[in-house]
Amino acid sequence: MKMDIDRIAALARIKLKAEEKEKLAADLGNILSYVEKLSSLDTENVPPTSHVLAIENVFRKDVQTPQRIIEEVLAKAPEREGDFFKVPKVVEGS
Amino acid sequence: MPQGSLTIKGLREEIRKDRSAIRSACRLLSERIKTVDSKVRAYAAFDDARFEAEVERLTEEKDPSVTGKPLFGVPISLKDNLCVRGWETTCASRILKGYVPPYDATVIQKLRANGAIIFGKCNMDEFAFGSSTESSCYGPTANPWDLSRVPGGSSGGSAACVAADEAIAALGSDTGGSIRQPASLCGVVGVKPTYGRVSRYGLIAFGSSLDQIGPLAKTVEDAAILTNVISGHDPKDSTSANAAVPDFTRACVPDVKGLRVGLPKEYFVAGLDREVETAVRNAAEKLASMGAVVTDISLPHTEYAVAVYYIVAVAEASSNLGRFDGVQYGYRHPANQLLDMYFETRDHGFGSEAKRRILLGTFVLSAGYYDAYYLKGQKVRTLIKRDFDHAFKQVDVILTPVSPTPAFKIGERTQDPLAMYLSDIFTIPMNLAGIPAISVPCGFSKGNLPIGVQFAAKHFDEETMFRAAYAFEQGTDFHKRKPEL
Repeated sequence: MKMDIDRIAALARIKLKAEEKEKLAADLGNILSYVEKLSSLDTENVPPTSHVLAIENVFRKDVQTPQRIIEEVLAKAPEREGDFFKVPKVVEGS
Repeated sequence: MPQGSLTIKGLREEIRKDRSAIRSACRLLSERIKTVDSKVRAYAAFDDARFEAEVERLTEEKDPSVTGKPLFGVPISLKDNLCVRGWETTCASRILKGYVPPYDATVIQKLRANGAIIFGKCNMDEFAFGSSTESSCYGPTANPWDLSRVPGGSSGGSAACVAADEAIAALGSDTGGSIRQPASLCGVVGVKPTYGRVSRYGLIAFGSSLDQIGPLAKTVEDAAILTNVISGHDPKDSTSANAAVPDFTRACVPDVKGLRVGLPKEYFVAGLDREVETAVRNAAEKLASMGAVVTDISLPHTEYAVAVYYIVAVAEASSNLGRFDGVQYGYRHPANQLLDMYFETRDHGFGSEAKRRILLGTFVLSAGYYDAYYLKGQKVRTLIKRDFDHAFKQVDVILTPVSPTPAFKIGERTQDPLAMYLSDIFTIPMNLAGIPAISVPCGFSKGNLPIGVQFAAKHFDEETMFRAAYAFEQGTDFHKRKPEL
């Protein structure tokens, strides 16, 4: 199995250095070859397990719990403006 | 205050006799850290000033409802993926440098409510991705038994500090063996409770259908005390189970008469180190000599567990790590526009193993590949879980090796990810099935490296797991040996 490393890196929002790409692509190819062993098993009538416990959907009341942590949350923000996180400009089409 | 190895149980006795033992114990540990941690490097962050105020407060405490708590005055160390309000919490990753949580994880609240002192933060593999504690941004931790070897991982710092008497006990997290494997390689006790037993609120997520928090301790009884404290339903974690929590220390009885112990033949195969096999088979014989009924069983889908894990765990990891984008906390790489900021931040913030797993997880979830990988993996996971369901109709507890080999050399497996992944071949199946398991010291290699044995039990049957582990430990002396540092 060969993957398009540039496409996956773009989906994952990671810029890869040129010198990293070759090693990563080779590693991932090896791992994918290893997991190929699953294809030998017949799982036609086997349901998938997403969680091991039979917990049904868990709901709670939609109530606000007052928390005064805005300052604490924003104090370590990389950049802030007032009570907001500040980010660089969003460029259309990039 | 006795020098040397301090246990939770032992320290509680000392504190009951003389309250000043709280201060003496913390000082003793602090001195030990100053003497040996430059060699072991078990701690990511440690500062006397962090606990001085707590020591003061607890020493003066008069309220008997507080002084009677099970961890009153006991310092506990933590893996650096557990959020502590006001303490930098980094998961040993550059991308979380400077992140200071504004809240305590539920397990931290429970430790505090039970009188514990939050003592220090332990080193780990970056985001718990690894089996050797080498992928940390702080550099590798060394095994206290042989400083040229790894302590295991990813909770390697938690295991090493307990083994080196730099802590009384510690918490770690286990997604595919990250508590049990380092416990085995460092000669301490490590427990992965049942999935859902312990709230993960405030544990920085890796594989959400697999992660569990658990203790690393010097004795089975200490591990039971900590498991008591951290267990229980939490409305803040919708996967935490609404199951009654028995007193696990009451399961610590030296009696295995009639206990049905299963040895799965798929765990004694090529690749298992000869000395590990001998030590683990001796453990089974020891239990048999104490009255347990040992039988051979089969878990036929064992050989597929690592493959399933490296689909499911990386898929969940890539999704969980999507939140680290440089916007709200941690590291941000300067850039002129938003998209570049994401790409640069994640390039500079994540180490190579984190990138490998994020990319692999992104791939197996991407359009066109989901059915072939993720769905297939989750189906085979069902087969693995069914193997255990079937086995537990025949036996009460399953006995296996923890790690196929004793501690390996630092650097030995870093260039070969697959070799590293196979370190967890005997611990991953329990995470996939969600069942509880414990690692207990069961021997030493000729090179004086610790070897652990694993006991696994049914969902929410930690009591049987603790009973088997305690009886075995009390019948042996391996847990009493100490590394020379």
